[in-house]
Amino acid sequence: MRKPIDIFLFCLTWGFAALTLISLLFIIIHVLINGIPHLTPTLFERRFTTDNVSMFPAIISTIFFVLLTLLMAVPLGIFASIYLVEYVKKGSKIVTLIRSATEMLAGIPSVVYGLFGMLMFVEFFGFGWSLISGSLTLTVMILPVVIRTTEEALKSVQGGYREGGFALGAGKLRVVFRIVLPSAIPGILAGVILAIGRIVGETAALIFTAGTIPQVPQELTQSARTLAVHMWALSAEAHHTNEAYATAVILLLIVLGINTASAVIARLITAKTK
Amino acid sequence: MDSYGISVKGCDLHYGDFHALKNISMEIKEHRVTAFIGPSGCGKSTFIRIFNRMNDLIENCRVTGDIIVGGEDIYAKNTDVTLLRKNVGMVFQKPNPFPMTIYENVAFAPRTYGIKKKNELDDIVEGSLRKAGLWGEVHDRLKKSALGLSGGQQQRLCIARALAAEPKILLMDEPTSALDPISTGTIEDLVNELKQQYTIVIVTHNMQQATRIADETAFFLMGEVVEFDDTNKIFTNPTDKRTENYITGRFG
Repeated sequence: MRKPIDIFLFCLTWGFAALTLISLLFIIIHVLINGIPHLTPTLFERRFTTDNVSMFPAIISTIFFVLLTLLMAVPLGIFASIYLVEYVKKGSKIVTLIRSATEMLAGIPSVVYGLFGMLMFVEFFGFGWSLISGSLTLTVMILPVVIRTTEEALKSVQGGYREGGFALGAGKLRVVFRIVLPSAIPGILAGVILAIGRIVGETAALIFTAGTIPQVPQELTQSARTLAVHMWALSAEAHHTNEAYATAVILLLIVLGINTASAVIARLITAKTK
Repeated sequence: MDSYGISVKGCDLHYGDFHALKNISMEIKEHRVTAFIGPSGCGKSTFIRIFNRMNDLIENCRVTGDIIVGGEDIYAKNTDVTLLRKNVGMVFQKPNPFPMTIYENVAFAPRTYGIKKKNELDDIVEGSLRKAGLWGEVHDRLKKSALGLSGGQQQRLCIARALAAEPKILLMDEPTSALDPISTGTIEDLVNELKQQYTIVIVTHNMQQATRIADETAFFLMGEVVEFDDTNKIFTNPTDKRTENYITGRFG
C-alpha cells in the first residue's frame, strides 16, 4: 500500500516531534536530578553571604523587576497598539514605520539592549547599576512583545462589536475601552505572560544595567540580581555549580507556575465573557 | 423634529471611483415598515447605512444629495452623529451582542447618554427587553453572559439593545438571514408590533418576508431604485419589467 517514501517521511516527522519532547524532558530531568539534592534550607536564608549563597534576595528582586517592568511596559504597549489598530488609517506610512521598528526591536540580541541600557540609563541619566536602570532596559526590550500580541488580540476582536457600539451612538473611546479592549484581554494576557517569561529568563541585559549585587534593593537606585543573573553568577564562579542547579530548579518552578497561572486566568476570563 | 420619516432626494454614493448608489430619491413614511429587496451587491445595505451615517466608518466613501431624517439634514456640517444614532437604531445581519452580561448589553446605550441611576437603568432594561419579547426568557439571568443565548435570542437582545436608546427609527439589515425559521417568525411578529411606535426600515433577501411584514417595498438593482411602491402592488402588479423578472425568480 504505502510507498517507501511515505514511510520514510512519516518516520522523519514523527522522529523530530519526539526529539522536541525528549529534549525538553531531558533538560527538566537533568536539572531536577542535579538540583533537588542541593536544595538546602540555607539557600533560602534572608541574607546572602558567600557561604550560604542564598537565592532569597534574588527571588524577591526578580519579583521587583517583573512588577516594575510590567508597570511601565504594559500600559505603554497597550496604548501603542490601540493607536495602531484603532486610530491610524489603514496603510498609513506611520504604521508601517512603527511596525517595522517594533519588528527590528524584537530581533535585537539582548546583550545589545544591555549595552544601550548601560550607556543610556546607567551613565547618561546617571541611575547607576540599579533596579530602575534594569527595569527601563527590560521595558524597551519587551515592549515589542507586548505591542505585537496586543495588536493581534485587538485585530481578532470581531468587527461586529465595533459596528454595534458605533450604531448605538457610542464614541470611539467608549467603543474601544468598553467593548473592544475587554474582549481582547485573554490575548493581551498571553503577551504579558510571554513578556514575564523574557524578564525572568534575562541575564545579559541585566548584568550591564542592574549590576549583580545579591541583595533585596531598598531603593530604585540600588543594584540587584534576578534569579537568572544569580544562577549565571554562581556558575561563572565555578565552585557553586550545585547551588546553581538548585537555583535552576526554583527558576523552572517559577516559570511553570507563571504559565499555569496565566492559563487559569485566561480560562477564567473567557469563561466569564462566554 | 415633527414627523419621524425619512426623505431622500438625489442621493449618490461613491466608494472611491465606484458609483455605488445612483440618484436615489425616496420618501419613507413614519410608523410603517419599509423593505428593501434586490440581488446581492445592489446597494440596499449601503443605502440603509446612510440613515445613521454608518458609512462614515468606511474610508473613501462619499455621500451627496439631501438626506432628511426627522426633519433634519443629517449630512449637514453641524450634525451630531451621536444624537442621530440615538434616534436611529440599527440591527445587523449577524447577531452581535457584546461579550458582557445581558443587562450590560441593554444598559449600554442609556449609559452612553449619561443615565447612571440604577433604578432608571433597571426600568429601561426591563422595558426594552419586554418590547423585544425577551423579558420572559431572560429575566432570571440578566447577570449572565449574553453570548450564552441562542441565535434568535441574541438577535432579539440586539433589538432590545437598540430600543434602549429610545430611537424613533429602527434600521434592520437582513436581521433574520442568520436565523432558523422559528426565530425568524418570532422576529417578524415583533416587527409588526414595533411599527406602532417606530419607523422601521428593513433590508431583506427573502421576498416572502417582505410580503409578510412590509407596508412598502423598494426594489434595488445595480445601485438604483427600480421601483418603490406598496408591497402589494410590487408583488402582484409591478410596473417595471425588471421588478417582475426578479420577483418571479428569473434572476438574482
